[in-house]
Amino acid sequence: MSTIVKAENLKKYFPIKLGFFRTLLSKSELYVRAVDGVSFEIIKGEIFGLAGESGSGKTTTGRLLLRLIEPTEGTIYFQGKDITHLKESQMRLLRRKMQIVFQDPYESLNPRMTVGDIVSEPLRVLEATQSDTETEERVKSTLEDVELTPPEEFMFRYPHEVSGGQRQRVAVARAFVLTPDFIVADEPVSMLDVSIRAEILDLMYRLVEKNKTAFLYITHDLALARHMCDRLGIMYLGKMMELGTTEQVVYEPLHPYTKALIDAVPVPDPTAKRVEVVIKGEIPSPVNPPPGCRFHTRCPEYIGDICRTKEPPLIDVGKNHLVACHLHSKGK
Amino acid sequence: MLDVQNLTTYYTTMRGPVRAVEDVNFQVEKGEAMGLAGESGCGKTTIALSLLRILPFNGKIIRGKILLKEKDIVQLSDKRLREDVRWKSISLIFQGAMNALNPVYNIENQIVEAIRIHEPEVSKKEARERVGKLFEMVGIEAARAKNYPHEFSGGMRQRAMIAMALASNPDMLIADEPGTALDVIVQAQVLKLLNELKKSLNLAIIMITHDLSLITETCEKLVIMYAGNVAESGDIVAMHKKPLHPYTQDLISAFPNIHAKKRRMTSIPGSPPDLLQPPSGCRFHPRCKYAKDVCRKETPKLKEAGKNHYVACHLVG
Repeated sequence: MSTIVKAENLKKYFPIKLGFFRTLLSKSELYVRAVDGVSFEIIKGEIFGLAGESGSGKTTTGRLLLRLIEPTEGTIYFQGKDITHLKESQMRLLRRKMQIVFQDPYESLNPRMTVGDIVSEPLRVLEATQSDTETEERVKSTLEDVELTPPEEFMFRYPHEVSGGQRQRVAVARAFVLTPDFIVADEPVSMLDVSIRAEILDLMYRLVEKNKTAFLYITHDLALARHMCDRLGIMYLGKMMELGTTEQVVYEPLHPYTKALIDAVPVPDPTAKRVEVVIKGEIPSPVNPPPGCRFHTRCPEYIGDICRTKEPPLIDVGKNHLVACHLHSKGK
Repeated sequence: MLDVQNLTTYYTTMRGPVRAVEDVNFQVEKGEAMGLAGESGCGKTTIALSLLRILPFNGKIIRGKILLKEKDIVQLSDKRLREDVRWKSISLIFQGAMNALNPVYNIENQIVEAIRIHEPEVSKKEARERVGKLFEMVGIEAARAKNYPHEFSGGMRQRAMIAMALASNPDMLIADEPGTALDVIVQAQVLKLLNELKKSLNLAIIMITHDLSLITETCEKLVIMYAGNVAESGDIVAMHKKPLHPYTQDLISAFPNIHAKKRRMTSIPGSPPDLLQPPSGCRFHPRCKYAKDVCRKETPKLKEAGKNHYVACHLVG
């Protein structure tokens, strides 16, 4: 079991632009604390899910791991090597091994390029093949892998000539054409119709199994994550709240936030028992996150001053099930 | 209360008529919630627009009746429609609450405007008071009515849209994709609010969404649309227990259930047809795994398959 990617105390603060005079006058700079001290690792062939509401920092985390944005603090290891401060030219070599699938297949594909060009672009840009014939072979076999068959027919089409689901298959093909060791998929199916979500997820699932890729699946849809992921991390306002195998997190959630999140997922069964939503309000601003435990302002199991004043550490409560909550850190 | 009979709506385009909705039938009783589900492009939103006769310029109701308390909406004049139907009888919550509010007016003004257009006899002061009450009903402090949309979070904007839809005390609410673009927790709060309003105001609700799980959370009745036709309709528990149409079966099994065992997800192969040239016979036959000859030739009629359970499929009955 080899670790492919590891994040240690990863932080990303985005400065808020205030305008010239207000910058001069204000004493301290304001930051959006998008990701605030997150640690986890993804091993080979594993699908790791990051879930949480919008604004919880999951997308930022995904991009930090690929070094598409620079971390404010913390370390990123890729295959055991610290890549946090590598130069762009050194990163280029690693880019063959890490790829991303974006959320919106209508915006992430260049409308002026054919499907063949789009899928072969990573090979050409990163000089991963020796000859044009090899490039074409790789593109064809990848298109076959994503079931855009026959590949000869799809290669010369433009994105507007294929359906939404097929577009996302093209985006998946572009990510897998380099047979990378690590892929980030940022809400890859949330723009698609429910009826075709499953087939895209199933496709990625099979490709991950075949290539033994480490896969980071970013989503807000816990119902899909439950069927897709091996392990799950729940994020809230830039912090990891709970982390464990999917079974642990879904069946034995420990953090009140995880419980609320799971109870809020609509169940497609009219005979199922309904659970009352206990959480009020919405996610607070990450500019001034609440002190102590970030969830205390909405927490239904608030246990007193400690939640307001002391930040709960992420601790292992057994069997690699980690949770950051004072309810579970008492007496330890 | 609402009885839709053979509703057929086409859009005229350069390449010919798009047969968006064809021969759709359903009924909604007072205080009842009905879900309208299907993939994108199946005609769900067109039905909503037809019910209020607010179709875009190239859309036209070709035939059929929309009987609202025995009055046919299709035949009403524009004036009567505005004074009696829109907002007073049927209100619509548009898709994407984020962008449906005007950013340069405060929310109170927008709701007051809606009230005064549809009920000219109401004074501005009365209308403002009503906005305060509406806000409390949907769970926002009345004082915040003076805020602008950008000062509201996504969930609050959705609530404000619901308040606006309830402004003239309608009997029926049509919610077009009320859950999309909202986070799960906020979405659950909004669904809860709709459920409460339904009970306290005895509202009829038509919920339009591609997400079956939202419908099962709120509705008693379900209509499954495919390519402009009703595939199956009826009581939601019966339909969930024993879906009869192959499309319904596929759609239900495509839904992940968080409490179920981990499994490989299934989906419906292929994609919905082009409604400029819909397939002959049953429109689902090119994607149907049980398709027979008769499916290619004859359009199946919606027939009774049980108590409160209707299905349009040659293979049933």
